Amino acid sequence: MDRNLKEISRDIRCDTLKCIGHLGVGHIGGCLSVVEVLTVLYFEAMNIDPADPKKCGRDRFICSKGHAGPAVYAALANRGYFDKSELLTLNQGGTNLPSHCDMNRTVGIDMTTGSLGQGFSCAVGVALGSKLEDDGATIYTLIGDGESQEGQIWEAAMFAAAKKLDNLIAFTDYNKLQIDNTVEKVNDIAPLAEKWAAFGWNVIDVEDGNDVEQVSAAVEHAKLGIGSGKPTMVILNTLKGCGVPWIVDLGPGNHNCNISEEQADAAIAELRKEA
Amino acid sequence: MEMRAVYAQCLAELMEKDRHVCVLDADLAKASGTRPLYEKFPNQMFDCGVAEQDMASIAAGLSSYGFKPWIESFTPFATRRICDQIAISICYAKRNVKIVGTDPGIAAELNGGTHMSMEDIGVLRSIPGIVIFEPADPVQLRAAMPVLNDYDGAVYVRLFRKELPAVFSEDYQFDLFRADVLKEGKDLSVFATGFQLKDALEAADILAADGIDAEVINIHTIKPIDRETVIASARKTGAVLTVENHNVIGGLHSAVLEALAREKIPACAVGVQDRFGEVGMLPYLRKAIGLTVENIVSTAKEAVSLK
Repeated sequence: MDRNLKEISRDIRCDTLKCIGHLGVGHIGGCLSVVEVLTVLYFEAMNIDPADPKKCGRDRFICSKGHAGPAVYAALANRGYFDKSELLTLNQGGTNLPSHCDMNRTVGIDMTTGSLGQGFSCAVGVALGSKLEDDGATIYTLIGDGESQEGQIWEAAMFAAAKKLDNLIAFTDYNKLQIDNTVEKVNDIAPLAEKWAAFGWNVIDVEDGNDVEQVSAAVEHAKLGIGSGKPTMVILNTLKGCGVPWIVDLGPGNHNCNISEEQADAAIAELRKEA
Repeated sequence: MEMRAVYAQCLAELMEKDRHVCVLDADLAKASGTRPLYEKFPNQMFDCGVAEQDMASIAAGLSSYGFKPWIESFTPFATRRICDQIAISICYAKRNVKIVGTDPGIAAELNGGTHMSMEDIGVLRSIPGIVIFEPADPVQLRAAMPVLNDYDGAVYVRLFRKELPAVFSEDYQFDLFRADVLKEGKDLSVFATGFQLKDALEAADILAADGIDAEVINIHTIKPIDRETVIASARKTGAVLTVENHNVIGGLHSAVLEALAREKIPACAVGVQDRFGEVGMLPYLRKAIGLTVENIVSTAKEAVSLK
């Protein structure tokens, strides 16, 4: 029987924990917070074909918060881009799955990202390219809330609105935490919805960005913006480390932290039990 | 004819032939000479406004969609300001983007020290894979433009905007990866780039009258440097002089010395002696910075004396 979105997101979350746990360290918090949006994009929203990863006119996803690479790889493996066993090569020397997304190494990755802010501009360039080719593709991109402190994000925000790139649907992983502290205490980006609206974007605020049904509905809603002349920002209020209570409890410390294989296996068992 | 006029004309020809060739500006299309192209090529010319970082990464995105973008700005803003975007969005991601920096070094004249990049070659030269090209005259620029456009990768073009006299003849055959020997000689190898090539040739005439037979070679591509030509010439003459409108740290001088590191051949430099620029017109700046024919002649003699 086909898995439903909730089951798929559980599998992606477990596989993310498995590959980072196998290595022992990684960007766990910000990977676990974006699992639901990845599920909706790769299993529902995007026009893509794992058998033809470079298909002309395909929709594209650019993970500007490139450190969520492991979660993206788990989504790609679940979608059939490569075998799940490859996930265990994460960050090992010579791997095709580096911590930050690399379009020249990983099947299914459409842009190299990791230097924050840049992937978002790249996505804007891709959206412009799609408009020029008139191929009907939708370009999806995901930025972090800490990443939104980069000036380049707002340069790109202006350009996308000025050029009416309504084929661009962006997400903010608004988990309210960054490396040094809460986003609010470090350099607050609030009020976020008002900022994007002021920059000329359609804005959709999702109360629980880790509820796959809410995210699915938001993406459907966002697609209605195609043709509006405005790009769309979907703000996902998420929980950094979502799905594993002790990781959530680390707070800002879960941005990049240690996790043993045993801890990962225990967390996976718990998630499976809940199901 | 101004260099920017040649550049814009070549871009127009390239855009005419291929709708995937496009140009991105950061509010300096007028300065780059490409402003008139906006009317003729509305779907190939894009002004990002004063947002160079965004411009560089947008170009990388366009390249991943099969476009061949050229981005342009004044030299400091096209290089040191967006060094990370060039390194990551463009070079690390292996994107096909041409980066054009206009008004290199003292050519920024009245814009002064803030706009006077003496370090752009040095900033970019240590980024893996990038090609660095500086045309010496309009003939070379015209010959190079289609070659640069066809080259699938990142190229930095260090472009003098204003009028430059022709040095090469109209039948000049351009090879992106081969240096050009303009004058053969036996006493000294002079490696020059950009508008300093003309000065080096003038200096060679003066040196000839003083009995020094200088070989003059144009290094139009500073990275990857034509090691074979550089080493062969230096071995033949036994003394080296580099001439550039750039800091002697990190630019042509460094590139030539790296090529000659095992050769035990004396080398001197005419260039910017690790200082910032300042406001002024070219005749003043040439003297203030030391980029004069007289300085080339005296430094050449010094190099020969070290043999």
